[in-house]
Amino acid sequence: MTEAKVKLAAVTPTAATRPVRDLLRIVIVGHVDHGKSTLVGRLFHDTGSLPDGKYEAIKAISEKRGVAFEWAFLMDALQAERDQGITIDTSQIWFKTDARDYTIIDAPGHKEFLKNMITGAAQSDAALLIIDAAEGVKEQSKRHGYLLHLMGVRQVAVAVNKMDLIGYDHEKFSAIEREYRDYLASIGVTPTFVIPVSAREGDNIVTPSAHMSWYKGPTVVKALDSFQPSAAAVDSPLRFPVQDVYKFDNRRIIAGRIEAGRIAVGDEIIFSPSNKAARVQSIEAWSAIPGAKPPRSAEAGYSIGITLDEQIFVERGEVISHKENAPVETDVFRARIFWLGHEPMTLGKTYKLKLGTLEAPVTVQSIERIIDTSDLSNSAAPQVERNQVAEVVLRARRMLALDEFIDFPRSGRFVIVEKYDIAGGGIISMEGYADQRGLITSRATNITRVVDGISEEARAFRNGHKGGVLWFTGLSGAGKSTLAMALEKQLFDKGYNVYVLDGDNVRHGLNANLSFSPEDRAENIRRVGEVAALFERAGMIVISSFISPYRSDRDRAREAAGQGFHEIYVKADLATCESRDPKGLYAKARSGEIKDFTGISAPYEAPESPQLVIDTASMPLEECLAELVSYVDAKFRV
Amino acid sequence: MDRLDQLESQSIYIFREAFNRIENIAMLWSLGKDSNVMIWLARKAFFGHVPFPVMHVDTEKKFPEMYEFRDRYAKEWGLNFIRELCPPIEATDDTLPPAARSAARKTEGLKLAIKKHGFNALFAGIRRDEEATRAKERVFSPRGLTGQWDFKDQPPEFWDQYKTDFPAGTHVRVHPLLHWTEIDIWLYTQREQIPTIPLYFAKNGKRYRSLGDKDITNPVSSTATTIDEIIEELRTTKVSERSGRAMDHESEDAFERLRADGYL
Ligand SMILES: Nc1nc2c(ncn2[C@@H]2O[C@H](COP(=O)(O)OP(=O)(O)OP(=O)(O)O)[C@@H](O)[C@H]2O)c(=O)[nH]1
Ligand SMILES: [Mg+2]
Repeated sequence: MTEAKVKLAAVTPTAATRPVRDLLRIVIVGHVDHGKSTLVGRLFHDTGSLPDGKYEAIKAISEKRGVAFEWAFLMDALQAERDQGITIDTSQIWFKTDARDYTIIDAPGHKEFLKNMITGAAQSDAALLIIDAAEGVKEQSKRHGYLLHLMGVRQVAVAVNKMDLIGYDHEKFSAIEREYRDYLASIGVTPTFVIPVSAREGDNIVTPSAHMSWYKGPTVVKALDSFQPSAAAVDSPLRFPVQDVYKFDNRRIIAGRIEAGRIAVGDEIIFSPSNKAARVQSIEAWSAIPGAKPPRSAEAGYSIGITLDEQIFVERGEVISHKENAPVETDVFRARIFWLGHEPMTLGKTYKLKLGTLEAPVTVQSIERIIDTSDLSNSAAPQVERNQVAEVVLRARRMLALDEFIDFPRSGRFVIVEKYDIAGGGIISMEGYADQRGLITSRATNITRVVDGISEEARAFRNGHKGGVLWFTGLSGAGKSTLAMALEKQLFDKGYNVYVLDGDNVRHGLNANLSFSPEDRAENIRRVGEVAALFERAGMIVISSFISPYRSDRDRAREAAGQGFHEIYVKADLATCESRDPKGLYAKARSGEIKDFTGISAPYEAPESPQLVIDTASMPLEECLAELVSYVDAKFRV
Repeated sequence: MDRLDQLESQSIYIFREAFNRIENIAMLWSLGKDSNVMIWLARKAFFGHVPFPVMHVDTEKKFPEMYEFRDRYAKEWGLNFIRELCPPIEATDDTLPPAARSAARKTEGLKLAIKKHGFNALFAGIRRDEEATRAKERVFSPRGLTGQWDFKDQPPEFWDQYKTDFPAGTHVRVHPLLHWTEIDIWLYTQREQIPTIPLYFAKNGKRYRSLGDKDITNPVSSTATTIDEIIEELRTTKVSERSGRAMDHESEDAFERLRADGYL
């Protein structure tokens, strides 16, 4: 083939093709049959955007089915959709005004197809919510509004459609407007405009209506032009999830898309959760343009590759950031989720989490509340049904690097896979849970352990018992301190070397610099765990008496102490503890005077398989003690 | 970051997801403007390489210019190129209208090729703006064993999380260009100086907007002889892109039926 037969474009584009026009993606949502697809069809017609022959084709299709001209057939292209007069799956179509280009995403309104509505809505920068003037605000009108907000779509306008059916009545329109504005306000959304329209008749779609002179606001098209396209988060701290690692041409290239912030050659970066560090050696990009130089820096939105100054092993799923402002590291988090699965989401069940490029199994540790999207009321349930919204706590078996949705929308959201299917999505909050990064990062370097010259056995032989940790956990008022002190006395009298580590005492000295923030609470327990482990190695029995509400913290203490760790669940239900209220703390928590109080306004994660459960609600103190003493005799005597 | 940068970045992301999550994947090359852009984007995604086979399922009825183009660039771009032939037209349902029958032949060829090579997934360069059923597609679109598309129950797809878990035997179509429009393709072709088959440019008042088999593809009236002029034309035209493709128009649901059966 000769060169002349292949066209290469001019190197400098002309004014006609540049600059590239802005694009805004807008989703049309609302209750089934309220006229979403009709509005799109009408909008296309009235702006002269229909391709040649389309109007005639729709007319023929409508006549064939014996129905009046149906604008919705522009978008409802499937036979099943046309036959049933319903949108099944979301569809997209392109359209332009003088201001910019649009992708219009038509979503289905039927509850059965919520997964398709989400598929469409998640791709949008802004939304138009449609409400049928004759039917008023319905279940999906609210659910769609709620879900848009949850997914982070902040720009919303409302069209009250089918005004022709209510005689273009101002009063009735105002009543619907008021009701829906109130609902949106309750979830934190303020619509830019509420527009009375008739999609079928073309009122206020592109041309102002002759039937509603009382309406002074913009038409639908004008309202769309007032939205802003969403911009990439270039000014945020860096988030660059590793998508893959390639070995091409002797380079090891770490590939991925920058989700937030910027990265530059020479930057010192860390990978989370492995916490490995390295420096950016180069930013890689392929270009066919002769002499093109690879970029020195890149920003949010771009899919790039980098090489490092050191060959460290990193994998897909890790998140690259700078040292400062690294992502949260945790194995437990709170999430607001919407569930789409055929089977309900079930307490205690394990699913696959997909967060950015990371995949990890997570277990539903608790279902805090089911949120009714029509009145925002809460209820408790052991499972989340299809199409429900809920707040849940999820736990992984290993550390995850993640962010809170409000800070980093793109790395603070995830989907849940059940078997082969995406069955839900959610956004992350760390409310009440600590960032565990500080706890697992060791700051000192060049340390080697010194081997102790006295063996464990030698110490046990002299003491007559092994060293170990009796880790009491339970709600405030469950009886931990009382039991700990009584047990210490009895064991001491029986010849044990024993000592109690108690919450308040430790906070006077060792942990005097810690507050009650989630991070400091976790650090408090970490230090106690380490101290207890030292006591154990010294051959003593240490009784630690702390609420220690988080599983992650207790697991870390277990890891520090090793074999001699005994988790003892001092159990009493919340009502019992609250009625005891020895320090008057529950009363203060209830009145709001104390915040983040375990059991009331902060979580208590009960042990899953404790070595011993002491039920102080149903057993008298003496019996509890006797049980503990015989447990210690059995486990610690040599 | 302008619109072309965004489109490019999204396509690269899709390529890398599919390449990482799915074993044994290949790309379909129809030799047209879209699949040329698709190859280009793959080279961007994999730093100048195309790390999977690129397959042309040949009806042997393409224009000579298309074959010349294919043979030249398969070499120049260093592709791992596979050519597979479609079965003879006699092997297809003879009750179908003629263009649909041609399309069915291509679908059949595709099924045979998938089976022969054991591909679990194929990259295909379709776009949502081409046609109303394609407008409803997913980026990762699972198919039945013989390629059928269950368009009434597609998986949810959001936040760039694609369906990547499948029972054995599922076949997947991956669509890296789904979010592009015809104008985007030309703007990008121009920006990146991607080689183009001359049939897209007007000669004697006609040009091809979409290239298919010779006997079922018709040119449209046009005076556009450069990419600039094509873009100008597209910004004002009211003729749909596939108006020259006979198979779309034989009945109201012609294309839906073809696609449900595995046509691209
Ligand atoms: N009188 C009147 N009827 C309308 C108007 N807009 C839509 N309709 C009719 O309402 C019915 C439903 O319209 P669609 O556009 O299919 O509704 P939709 O919201 O897209 O429905 P789904 O996508 O299935 O949720 C159709 O029969 C329309 O003709 C309007 O402004 N006035
Ligand atoms: Mg609809």
